[in-house]
Amino acid sequence: MATKKYPVIWLQGAGCTGCSVSVLNAVSPRIQNLLLDELVPGHQLNLIFHATVMAGQGEPVVEVLKDAEKNRKGGYILVVEGAIPTAENGAYGSIGEKGGKHLTIEQSLADLGKSAMLTIALGTCAAYGGIPAAKPNPTLCKGVKTIFNEKGIETPVVNLPGCPLHPEWFTGTISVILFSGADALELDQLARPKLFYGQLIHENCPRRADFDKGKFAEKLGDPGCLYQLGCKGHYTYADCPLRQWNNGVSWCVKAGSPCLGCVEPEFPDGTSPIYEKVTFEDLK
Amino acid sequence: MSTKIKIDPITRIEGHMAIEAVIDDGVVKEARSAGTLFRGFEIILQGRDPRDANRLTQRICGVCPTSHAMASALCIDNAFGLTDKISDNAKLIRCLMLGANFLQSHILHFYHLAALDYVDAVGAVGNLAPFVPRYEGDYRVSGEANAELVNHYIRALDIRRKCQEVLSIFGGKMPHNVGIVPGGVTEHPTEDKITNFLWRLNEIRDFVDNTYIPDVIAVAKAYSDYFDIGKGCKRLVAYGGFDLPTGKLFKSGVVSPDLQPEPFAKENITEDLKHSWYVDSDSGKNPAQGETKPQPKKKQGYSFIKSPRYKGEVCELGPLARMVSNYVQADAKVKELVDSLLVQAGAGVDALFSVLGRHAARALEAKFVVDAMVDWLQALKPDEPIIVENQIPDKSEGVGLTEAPRGALGHWMTIKDKKIDRYQVITPTAWNASPKDDKDQPGAVEQALIGTKVKDEDNPFELVRIVRAFDPCLACSVHLLDAKGSELGIFRAV
Repeated sequence: MATKKYPVIWLQGAGCTGCSVSVLNAVSPRIQNLLLDELVPGHQLNLIFHATVMAGQGEPVVEVLKDAEKNRKGGYILVVEGAIPTAENGAYGSIGEKGGKHLTIEQSLADLGKSAMLTIALGTCAAYGGIPAAKPNPTLCKGVKTIFNEKGIETPVVNLPGCPLHPEWFTGTISVILFSGADALELDQLARPKLFYGQLIHENCPRRADFDKGKFAEKLGDPGCLYQLGCKGHYTYADCPLRQWNNGVSWCVKAGSPCLGCVEPEFPDGTSPIYEKVTFEDLK
Repeated sequence: MSTKIKIDPITRIEGHMAIEAVIDDGVVKEARSAGTLFRGFEIILQGRDPRDANRLTQRICGVCPTSHAMASALCIDNAFGLTDKISDNAKLIRCLMLGANFLQSHILHFYHLAALDYVDAVGAVGNLAPFVPRYEGDYRVSGEANAELVNHYIRALDIRRKCQEVLSIFGGKMPHNVGIVPGGVTEHPTEDKITNFLWRLNEIRDFVDNTYIPDVIAVAKAYSDYFDIGKGCKRLVAYGGFDLPTGKLFKSGVVSPDLQPEPFAKENITEDLKHSWYVDSDSGKNPAQGETKPQPKKKQGYSFIKSPRYKGEVCELGPLARMVSNYVQADAKVKELVDSLLVQAGAGVDALFSVLGRHAARALEAKFVVDAMVDWLQALKPDEPIIVENQIPDKSEGVGLTEAPRGALGHWMTIKDKKIDRYQVITPTAWNASPKDDKDQPGAVEQALIGTKVKDEDNPFELVRIVRAFDPCLACSVHLLDAKGSELGIFRAV
């Protein structure tokens, strides 16, 4: 049986490359499997554009994008990392040049988004704006879905927030798409797969027993629940405590740090000051 | 007839960058490095809790977030009056995390960002994205030796991942660790973590010794002309970094083009803005007084990078600067490492100022750091403190200077009414990839490009090899647009 190939275009907007680096940290499958192997039997990704990884540069790689828009309509997965700067007609962000003219991130997203079979907004910046969109949002950054709505683009968007996202939230989502098709992805109201974002950090936290007993850490480095030190785990939906990070070595709360709420749409403005407590009353 | 070559985007770097070179009779006469660091972090930080800068500034860069964690923590420690109170454990753990980030970054840079300019991946794996399209022609390693380098590209993916895993023992997660905080660190150095860290580190150390350094030497032998290409400004700056209980691993210093060391003083740093898209009236200020007011349509501007200068001079930062600075200040271990490499390469100290010299300095630095990390682990004291309590002052100022994988990094902060009033960051790439300054002196990368012979203008390997050897970190894909036409005879976009 012939291998079904899924071309992937990975567009980087206003971000830090941290979500790409996080996906490089994937363990099973590893990044080399994502790039070179059948990820599930008979199905393989084909990363045709990723500025941090690809061999080529300059106009020939811009041509790869233009070719996809024209000749691969409905045939590729668009991954977007970073927010979309919209101030001054998108002038704060471009991804390259074509015929002496800059291609803005905003325009590239619209052109590539229209023809994609599916768009994955990778990380909190691409999903909701994230830090570049934090007050006063100097470059008027927005998330992918907002741009699609404004421009009437109907391509489905899956949000995989996180600052950065966990690599398995990406490889797991791709697995569902390859095994069962994109329609099989069950999303919450914020377009996040319930598979990864279905439960509160607080529900699965190993320090939950401390919370229930009222045993709270008074300063960083102390044992006990980190609620008084600004932990946002009681209103943050992600499976970090179960999945853990970096090949299961640790995660924020295990390392003695409050959860930053980095997967939530209001990150960072609505989840800071980082070390200030947000009570259950505040959330009502 | 002049030709203008424009390469946009420059890929395989962190972030987004464009290079423009004017070629006359096959030689680069003028060069422009256009960079794009504007998400407005310094503006976003205003009015926030000073402690939050430590978490938010890591998000400037996902490749070297730990160096921003370190710089911001030192800056906040300084502003909060904690600098002298940081425990030995905290210093060591912070350095272990920063060291792991150096290893991750250096290995990633050589194998996954730079190597595809020298190694024929297509020859080993076939015509496969993301290895095509690419420049064609000057790939000089073939057969088994080439296949081995491609295998190491794959193996290095695992090793750089493991650098992140070892970091997260104390850092919680990577990218964007949570372990480095104002006043110290959050994670205790228990014996099991120390041993776990050590054995993970041993595998990385073995790779640096037996794969990374030999591979750099193999590439250097095949491309030995690149010891003469990309000389640059030859004036080096290191702020010094890795603040250990026993002092700094990297010495601070300024090295003149004739290799004379001078002491470094942060007061001599200024930032010019003539060719940057910022308001001119703020030009020439020290970062402690610096402002970030963008002026996107400024006529003389061509980059969002400011032009940092030391006593008004153009300087290069990074592994080359650190290794040469320690070398001329007679650091025995660095001297031994550098001299032994130069003997193997059959080159003199002057050859370090080159494309290959920068790659070699980075590889040797990885060894220098990984060897030192083993000693730091053994100096940890499991039952001793990791953090000192702290309070936000009503009003204060702070500076945090350190070394990032790509060179010296500085954070400057002013606190008013317990909030951030002003925050300024100068990244190493701002120095290296800066545009011309107020005196129209080209930046360090621009100087390294000027004078270069380009053999094939359709496949200008020389230009991208020079740029990537600096390991630019543009720290975001934000790019300002300007309408420009080409007034030159031929315009090539490659």
